[in-house]
Amino acid sequence: MSASLEIQLLAVLVAAACALPGVFLVLRGTAMMADAISHTVLLGIVLVFFVVQDLQSPWLIVGAAAIGLVTVTLTELLQHTRLVKQDAAIGLVFPALFSVAVILISRFARGVHLDVDAVLLGELAFAPFDRLIVLGIDVPRALVTIAVVLIANIAFISLFYKELKLATFDAGLAATLGFAPALLHYGLMALVSITAVGAFDIVGVVLVVALMVTPAAAAYLLTSDLRRMLVLSVAIGVLSALAGYWLARLLNANIAGAMATMTGVIFLVVLVLAPQRGLLAKLVRRRRQQADFAATMLAIHLLHHTGAPTEAEEARIDHLERHLDWQPGYAARVIRHAERLGFIKSIAGHLQLTPTGYAKAQEVLAS
Amino acid sequence: MNPALEVTDLTVAYHDKPVLWDVDVTAPAGILMAIVGPNGAGKTTLMKAILGLTPVAAGSVRIDGKSYTQQRQRVGYVPQRGSVDWDFPTNVVDVVTMGRYGALGWFRRPGRREVDLAMHALEQVGMHDFAQRQISQLSGGQQQRVFLARAIVQDADIYFMDEPFQGVDATTERTIVTLLKQLRGDGKTVVVVHHDLQTVAEYFDWVTLLNVQCIASGPVGQVFTEENLRRTYGGRIAFVERDALATGGMALRSFAPAATAGGAD
Repeated sequence: MSASLEIQLLAVLVAAACALPGVFLVLRGTAMMADAISHTVLLGIVLVFFVVQDLQSPWLIVGAAAIGLVTVTLTELLQHTRLVKQDAAIGLVFPALFSVAVILISRFARGVHLDVDAVLLGELAFAPFDRLIVLGIDVPRALVTIAVVLIANIAFISLFYKELKLATFDAGLAATLGFAPALLHYGLMALVSITAVGAFDIVGVVLVVALMVTPAAAAYLLTSDLRRMLVLSVAIGVLSALAGYWLARLLNANIAGAMATMTGVIFLVVLVLAPQRGLLAKLVRRRRQQADFAATMLAIHLLHHTGAPTEAEEARIDHLERHLDWQPGYAARVIRHAERLGFIKSIAGHLQLTPTGYAKAQEVLAS
Repeated sequence: MNPALEVTDLTVAYHDKPVLWDVDVTAPAGILMAIVGPNGAGKTTLMKAILGLTPVAAGSVRIDGKSYTQQRQRVGYVPQRGSVDWDFPTNVVDVVTMGRYGALGWFRRPGRREVDLAMHALEQVGMHDFAQRQISQLSGGQQQRVFLARAIVQDADIYFMDEPFQGVDATTERTIVTLLKQLRGDGKTVVVVHHDLQTVAEYFDWVTLLNVQCIASGPVGQVFTEENLRRTYGGRIAFVERDALATGGMALRSFAPAATAGGAD
């Protein structure tokens, strides 16, 4: 396999692995916890590295997962004192743990393959140089790691799909039914930690959170079904990864940075264009409601003056502009819309309420 | 026969501030019981403590003679409607199916049977046509009926409902009342946190008057009296219709009607 293909495959797997737990983080409103964990796992890696003196040891994953849970626990303890709120608690805990890790690396681990730049931004472009023979096949080491992480993610989420869904939607019911939502919460956080370790080698700690949160947030705007949201989140992550790779090639820039940028670009497109929840769809809906309301208002106005001596006067089109204080252009648009809805007919500059419009006005006034 | 619910000397505290003080409540099987009291009286806390959702400082809870953890499968819970995120990506029938998760246990997935039960329950609450509807598109009353359908499929023996009448339309209120009577007819026990003193005597058999301490608990005819209400609500009472009260004396109404009730108490 060429280096280019290997890098793309890595990018795709890392994006997919991050996009899965991201869905639950977004739904539970704990996206910032992912940011915290993706930073503090570094401390776990450094501490385990000091003990085993090997950056390839599987113990690094265990250490990172443990520190991830420590992060969650410390944050919750701080929050339970009720002296700080959750966002502040996260903001206090993770920089503290992360900075300890940075000091340890810069002071004691200088020279080994663990430098601050790589930790922050990842080394996707160099990943194919560090190789491993698995089942007789020569593959990049990072590919093995992230494949294992992805499989762990898929296994955990499919095994506990029902339980995770219930605990996320209604933790109270989950608890009364005996599904231990706290345990599931910590399980999910351990999964996030493992994913962060697997991914940080490739894309760095800062961008892990973009790959976890952004595709899931975009998927949330596109569907109202949890399964579909998981699939879409992965699809958007994978698309961002590939688009990011080629963008980086084009600009001769950092691949991880380009990948994260593409998640942002896709999110923006979805935010504007999503069929039902997008900004554009909302705008169109609001416009339509306003137009419908104005047409109803016009029908009520005409109803009020039906049979009155001033009827002929009130129903004149140019009168609307003065009495209702509507701009001429706006009045014309409302009249056209009301005609389309079948509320009114305009005959020689006079408006006439149709039976439909009459019924509509009556209905609104009665409610 | 064991009482359906037996709460003994239950105390719940937040640090050194008691939320519930030495509460005793006993409910026989097959009754509809309202828990009423002013805002902050600990009604929701009592329910959560019974269900093991809130740690207790002292006291015990027995459900049909055994602890809650032993009776999980026989207990149904309808939390406050506002306690969940209705923008969660799922539809009505899926939420109702969640009521079967307890019976399924870990790992087993809901199948045809669970969906059939859910559809049947939706029929009972008049929400059959909404089965495929996204939950974000429901009105408050419809949300409440979905929660009730979810409780029905749990097929429990004792139900705990936290403010099911809170802010619902007239149709939903009627549906809930019919359902409560139907559950009682099936020999089930239902405990309801309730806010509207007017309807206590009409809807319920038993009532627990709560204000941090249990002021009184028993059949509506015996304990829903002016004297007990005065002790429960203190000075925050006003006069209303006479016939809403069991004793036919001067009826009282809380100054804090249902509309102001939040999820805080």
